Amino acid sequence: MKIDIKKTAHLARVELTAEEEVTLAADLEKIVEYVDALAELDTTDVEPTSHVLNLEDVYRKDVVMETDAALKILDHLAEEKKHETFFKVPTVIEQ
Amino acid sequence: MNTKTIKDTIAHIAGDKAKAFQVLDALYERISSVEPQVGAYVNVSKEKSIEALSAVETSKLFYGLPVSIKDNMCINGWETTCSSNILNGFVPPYDATVIRKLKDAGAYPLVKCDMDEFAFGSSCETSCYNGRAFDQKKIKDGPCANPWDTTKVPGGSSGGSAACVAADEAICSLGSDTGGSIRQPASLCGVVGLKPTYGRVSRYGLIAFGSSLDQIGPFTKTVEDSATMLGIIAGYDEKDSTSVNVPVPDYTASLVNDVKGMKIGIPKEYFVDGMHPDVKKTIDAAIATYKKLGAECVDISLPHTKYAVSVYYIIATAEASSNLARFDGVQYGYRHHGQTIHDMYFKTRDEGFGAEAKRRILLGTFVLSSGYYDAYYLKAQKVRTLMINDFNAAFEKCDVILTPTSPTPAFGIGEKSADPISMYLSDIFTIPANIAGIPAMAMPAGFSAEGLPIGMQLMAPTFEEGRIFRVGYTFEQNTDHHIKRPVL
Repeated sequence: MKIDIKKTAHLARVELTAEEEVTLAADLEKIVEYVDALAELDTTDVEPTSHVLNLEDVYRKDVVMETDAALKILDHLAEEKKHETFFKVPTVIEQ
Repeated sequence: MNTKTIKDTIAHIAGDKAKAFQVLDALYERISSVEPQVGAYVNVSKEKSIEALSAVETSKLFYGLPVSIKDNMCINGWETTCSSNILNGFVPPYDATVIRKLKDAGAYPLVKCDMDEFAFGSSCETSCYNGRAFDQKKIKDGPCANPWDTTKVPGGSSGGSAACVAADEAICSLGSDTGGSIRQPASLCGVVGLKPTYGRVSRYGLIAFGSSLDQIGPFTKTVEDSATMLGIIAGYDEKDSTSVNVPVPDYTASLVNDVKGMKIGIPKEYFVDGMHPDVKKTIDAAIATYKKLGAECVDISLPHTKYAVSVYYIIATAEASSNLARFDGVQYGYRHHGQTIHDMYFKTRDEGFGAEAKRRILLGTFVLSSGYYDAYYLKAQKVRTLMINDFNAAFEKCDVILTPTSPTPAFGIGEKSADPISMYLSDIFTIPANIAGIPAMAMPAGFSAEGLPIGMQLMAPTFEEGRIFRVGYTFEQNTDHHIKRPVL
């Protein structure tokens, strides 16, 4: 299996060096070749398991609770990463 | 005092503040003497330990019990990095539920333990503190080592949590287990490591890796201590919707020195080619011990075992690639100050993640990507069903299953790091319990000719940890493997 490493890296939002592209593509192809062993099993009538427990939706009351978590996060954040009570990031939408 | 079990530590302290501080001092003395060789810990700070001990109430049942914590569990005000550069400087504003439960019981966090980056690894070698940036956070200038032979790995990913207990730098510790990350290092370091049933322990505040597989569990010096620790940390938590609302039994009531009439299943698929002869010998001896003690050992089959590693590396990496998407430089830890938002995302993730993290994120992204989802992710979920069916059928014939924990004793530092598949295969016996969500415990069962610990694994049906404790406790009471300590 040939893996389009550039496309995969783009989807994963990771920049790779040219050298990393070569080694990671080779690693991934080897791993995919290994896991391809699953193809020999007939699973036509098998239900997939996404979770081992029979989970039910959990509901809770929507109540307001006091927390200082946001302020503490801001306390620990470097100055250049915040503006007042916001996370500061490079421009997202050009004017 | 640092060599004591939980039981003896609590009996010794007995609510006395001065004695609790003496235990802390004894552990710090041990840390300064052996940590330069072992390297189990990150961000060692006696000040923080003292602050944590000072904050717990002397009237509590486990007052003064120090617990070392894998660096992927949040402690309010303690830097938590998952041994990854990308979380450098991240200080959580809250306690994980397990930490809150420890504190409510009178215990306190001692130090954070080194680990494979984001728990991606079986040797502790993928830690960012392994000879890369920010390594001033460790006392040792090098990777976490096995206390029995410091040229060997401690196992992983909870390598630090296992090594600190084996080296008597801790009374006990917490780790997390996604495919064997508690049991494999416990086995390689000669301590007891338990992965509880999926959903038994809240994961609120555990930095997620594979959400359908992850579970927190204890490292201890004895099976009795393991039962005690599970009693402290188990239970439903409204903050983790995957935690199960089933009452927590008194696990110590299962510590019965008797296996007469119990059926122990031995799966033939776990005795593979390439298994180290000393591992085979040790497990055969354990089976003989159980027979002598009156248990019935029955042959069982778990026919889909050979697909476990494939299923795991599809499901776990798919879930990891989603869970790690949040680390983009905006809110947590490290940021590359890029010119554009895209530049920031891509470069932060390139510089923040190590090689194994990138490999797994990319593999997970690939198996979930359009055109491949059915062939890989969906297929793996279907084979997962077949593996669960295997266990259900097996547990009709036996009460617990006994297997080796790892195909070999501890391997050399650097020996497998260049070959991902051979590293992945070192988890072949531990992965199935995560896939099926069942509880499993690794405990000392003997030693190799070179003197390295060899562990055995006991598995039981979901929520039947009590059976594991009974069978493990009986073995421990009738053998002395758990008493030997490494010489450092």
